[in-house]
Amino acid sequence: MSDNSLAITKLSDLANPTRFLALAARLIPWLACLTAVAFAVGLYLSFTTEGDYQQGETVRIMYVHVPAAWLSMMCYTVMAVSAIGTLVWRHPLADVSARCAAPLGAAFTLIALITGSLWGKPMWGTWWVWDARLTSVFILFLMYLGLIALNRSMDDPSKAARVGAVLILVGFVNIPIIKFSVEWWNTLHQPASVIRMDGPTIDAEFLRPLLVMAVAFTLLFFTLHIAAMRNEIWRRRVNAQRRLAARMAGREQ
Amino acid sequence: MGHAFYIYTAYGLTTLIVAALVAWTWLDGRARQRELAALDAAGIRRRSARSPGETKA
Repeated sequence: MSDNSLAITKLSDLANPTRFLALAARLIPWLACLTAVAFAVGLYLSFTTEGDYQQGETVRIMYVHVPAAWLSMMCYTVMAVSAIGTLVWRHPLADVSARCAAPLGAAFTLIALITGSLWGKPMWGTWWVWDARLTSVFILFLMYLGLIALNRSMDDPSKAARVGAVLILVGFVNIPIIKFSVEWWNTLHQPASVIRMDGPTIDAEFLRPLLVMAVAFTLLFFTLHIAAMRNEIWRRRVNAQRRLAARMAGREQ
Repeated sequence: MGHAFYIYTAYGLTTLIVAALVAWTWLDGRARQRELAALDAAGIRRRSARSPGETKA
């Protein structure tokens, strides 16, 4: 296979895992560097901007809490798109993508829950309350754990892919519930103040570090997702080659 | 407890979780590369990676 045939000209070309590995090898170092720069700028802004007149310094927790919460929902959306790719187009990398995103989503959801709790205690006077927003995000966390457990409990990867994809799509109903929970129900959690139809209601002083940190977290997610997909492709190749070696050894006897 | 406790615990735990994710991805990749190299050294290659002279498995 010449290098020329590995050129990626359209999305469907990524269906070839060898092409994907070549692209990942080129992308990962760049993405990792961009992530580090974005975090350096984001953290600098997070700790140098002014505190809130009411919340004081605790507003700084927002710069990790909100991006992690966005990522927890974006990651599930990436998994849902991958699930459609598995079920509709039988894209060979869609299942790899969904499988590798689940642990990342669980980690970002855990960050959102922990930092939210640490913000809630000084501001609301409680670590936790079973209101609609907090409960729906906790359910999202449990769903990620369930999907990871399902992937690990099935030996046949193609069957695990199809069952997992159906479960991901059924669970997607939770994403709009999380987003609109603060509008549909009376919650202790505040309503949206950045992604709104009438524009952000948050002061530019807080919006700047928040957006830079959101970009940093998103870059971190894509870096880790591409690296984890590459690892999964390698894992499947190792398994396939071991089976081949076992068959060859069986024939020689 | 002062506000600083909540802020630094939030950032500290976030750093810990992110560091664990990065380390896990990194170490997983290295382990898989070692396995592929070991298989390659044992002469077990993918069909596409085999030279034309090699016999079919």
